[in-house]
Amino acid sequence: MQTFHTDLLCVGAGLAGERVAIAAASAGFSAMCLSIVPARRSHSAAAQGGMQAALGNCAMGDGDDPDVHFADTVKGSDWGCDQEVARLFCDSAPIVMRELAAWGVPWNRVVAGRSSYFKGGAQFEKIEKKEKEGLITARAFGGTAKWRTCYTSDGTGHTVLYAMDNKAAQLGVPVHDRTEVIALIHDGENCLGAIARSLRNGELSAYLAKATLIATGGFGRIYRESTNAVINDGGGLISALDTGLVRLGNMEAVQFHPTGIVPTDILVTEGCRGDGGTLLDVNEERFMPEYEPEKAELASRDVVSRRMTEHMRRGLGVKSPYGDHLWLDIRHLGEKHIRSKLREVDEICKYFLGVDPVRQLIPVRPTQHYSMGGVRTDASGAAYGLAGLFSAGEAACWDLHGFNRLGGNSLAETVVAGMLVGQKTVEFLKGRQVNFSTAVIEDAVARQKDRIGRLIAKTDGKENVFSVKNRMHDAIMKGAGIFRNGTDLAACVDELQDTLDAARKVGLSTNGRGASPELTLALKIEGMVKLALCVAFGALKRTESRGSHSREDYPERNDRDWLVRTLASWPDGADLPLLEYESATEVFEILPGDRGYGGGAIIPMPPPAAPGEQGTPSGPAEQTATASTGSTGSAGSTGSAAAPPTQGRLAETGSPNTAGSPHAGADAAQGDK
Amino acid sequence: MARILSFSIFRYNPGDPASAPRLDNFLLDESDRMTLFIALTRLREEQDASLQFDFCCRAGICGACGMVINGRPGLACHTKTKDLPKEITLLPLPGFDLVADLSVDTGKWFRAMYRRVESWVHTDKAFDPAAEEERMDNALAEQIYELERCIECGCCVSACGTSRMRPDFLGAAGLNRIARFMIDPRDERTDSDYFDLVGNDEGVFGCMGLLACEDICPKEIPLQDQLGILRRKMAFTAVKDIFRMKEKGKKK
Repeated sequence: MQTFHTDLLCVGAGLAGERVAIAAASAGFSAMCLSIVPARRSHSAAAQGGMQAALGNCAMGDGDDPDVHFADTVKGSDWGCDQEVARLFCDSAPIVMRELAAWGVPWNRVVAGRSSYFKGGAQFEKIEKKEKEGLITARAFGGTAKWRTCYTSDGTGHTVLYAMDNKAAQLGVPVHDRTEVIALIHDGENCLGAIARSLRNGELSAYLAKATLIATGGFGRIYRESTNAVINDGGGLISALDTGLVRLGNMEAVQFHPTGIVPTDILVTEGCRGDGGTLLDVNEERFMPEYEPEKAELASRDVVSRRMTEHMRRGLGVKSPYGDHLWLDIRHLGEKHIRSKLREVDEICKYFLGVDPVRQLIPVRPTQHYSMGGVRTDASGAAYGLAGLFSAGEAACWDLHGFNRLGGNSLAETVVAGMLVGQKTVEFLKGRQVNFSTAVIEDAVARQKDRIGRLIAKTDGKENVFSVKNRMHDAIMKGAGIFRNGTDLAACVDELQDTLDAARKVGLSTNGRGASPELTLALKIEGMVKLALCVAFGALKRTESRGSHSREDYPERNDRDWLVRTLASWPDGADLPLLEYESATEVFEILPGDRGYGGGAIIPMPPPAAPGEQGTPSGPAEQTATASTGSTGSAGSTGSAAAPPTQGRLAETGSPNTAGSPHAGADAAQGDK
Repeated sequence: MARILSFSIFRYNPGDPASAPRLDNFLLDESDRMTLFIALTRLREEQDASLQFDFCCRAGICGACGMVINGRPGLACHTKTKDLPKEITLLPLPGFDLVADLSVDTGKWFRAMYRRVESWVHTDKAFDPAAEEERMDNALAEQIYELERCIECGCCVSACGTSRMRPDFLGAAGLNRIARFMIDPRDERTDSDYFDLVGNDEGVFGCMGLLACEDICPKEIPLQDQLGILRRKMAFTAVKDIFRMKEKGKKK
């Protein structure tokens, strides 16, 4: 077995991972990235739209500044975000766009003079200023007051990732691709690196590091239908959860996009509806006006997704071998418009469906799109629960997005957080000394060898790994999708617990030799089911509706009791996650209010008392949901009362106060001792 | 509809001493709007869990799934089965190290390429976070983007006659990368610098002009034009350098 030493180990070589590695390498530290695919195939490359940054160069962005961006972001998050983080992000984003320009990103630039644009199907005119010509321009995106999204045609993520990987290559940052982390190495207080398995030959390696960063992106693939790449299965989150110490934040906050194509779930842009496209059901009739008389297809992303689901539940979806779907109709927009303004949609239909959208309907359905939740970190990117562990990008719950993220904020977050967390990681490394215990390392390796051996020898059972995955997909698609309610969520948690039991009995049908894809999945299936349980159980316990988390039985946003972030950890051997809560934000620049769209009732938070106590709401913030085994009965009862037994369990598994938590904010949940 | 597809797939797992290179046959019922991504995923889940292949974005963006599909290199994710006959032969891309079955090590090849062409902006300027960005003409930005659209799938390398005879040939992808930096004013390298990198038979003068690269590029990048421009420029630079050397010689 090979052992590698480095100052910083980045798990993931997408935009966030490479940006942090670049920061460390630039400061003279050794940095290394591990990735299951070549760096440039990371899912960052797939983001087409752009990156939000308040540069204010283009005419429609005139008067923009980080304050306006900040307000959009906080409202977008439905007040679920950490406002300190949102402020850091909005202030830094413009600098990051300029730095990327210096590194070679061919941003689209301001062209002076008159030009036209479309809004709601109608044509308008704008005039770009001569003095801004050649500066980075921006396009419009949903939920923003200004045009703020910097872009390179339809390939923003691609060009930024290529520029980033070029920079990493220039600095000599090694990227070990086809290398998958299957466990973190830790001594209960410090993260010491990771055990990785080669996806070339199946061999294990130990990577020892003073600091480790999880930047593995989202976990959309716990859902059957996701716009995410097939690699976004939450691998990094699983290794964090398996420590029993690290906390995952707001796992129930999952974003769905209304128009993923069927099958293959590739996204077609919101622009289709923006330009006048309509949604049709099995009878080829429009249905959105019936639900949303005013906005119809142009209601917000979460609202349209909810209505589509409701309509399919009524049996009015189109049956297909890939499940029910609806139709997107853009035929009436005409050939000229579709082949030019919606060229990308036209190409997706051609390549992936064999459909000509000028003459045919496009099969679509709401599809999982983004994970707001992830490894909970403080503003510096340090994870709760283990010193020396950091996280950034979609894998992290830093928490810029709260319960709903704005388009263009996620791609920007990867690089902005990468830069900021990179700086903090460098500061951390400057004072960091660790002892690498050979006993701890050998124990970590032995555990993984044992797991692999048991899977190959079918020691624990012969459950088929693909069947288990399908069961997980069935359960979560049914219970923890767009619409949620106590009954379905309780059933979902129940079924996922049975699935977890099955996942623990998986045995391979093949010999598992080499880079075996069956073994690769078998090594993470239990973790994937656990992530699914974090989502479903967190959603069950959160008895309110906020952003993308929509409870039919609790339709109000409840700022009185639920202006909090869920923290999930997984005690060793448990069948459910341990849930704790902390206040959503310690700092309020903007107090909770109406978003200005989406509607919905709000139960207001009590007026703030003394300034120092602002960020400490009452209610669930002080409480802990049960993690006791086989407790779906109590999970079904949606009351906010904490189960007493968990106090003892929490003490057993180590409270965050004692687990080397790098951030005082982590203790908010336990602060009311 | 309802065809039964007959797949003939190259199999070899170097990690398994019992494995020998061969073609395996699979039958699969075709479904509506089926792509090779769907078909291969089903074959693995339903018939042979050891079948190895690479998919990542499955949306034609990441370049992971290049393979030889009925004799022609292409992206499996955006190949629809209804555009193929019912006998489908799948082989790994030639020219790259084999990982197993249909999976090849394109990542390793491309990383070596970045080092050879020094695939980054060469500049002496330090980034100033307080300064406005350097201005650029939007048309030029779009031109750079056109050449940056390469997704490193490796299809052009696999289809290239020169690459087959000369494994150290940079290939269309490598030469296109040089062209991308050459037109970028932020990169301060001179034509002579580029000549040192690619002005040889492993680089721009190795191309025999068969142009399969352009025929099969899934992103339809104008590789043929780039090659022509690059070649002319490099030849011109070579001649200039010869004269410059002569001048130097005279002075001595």
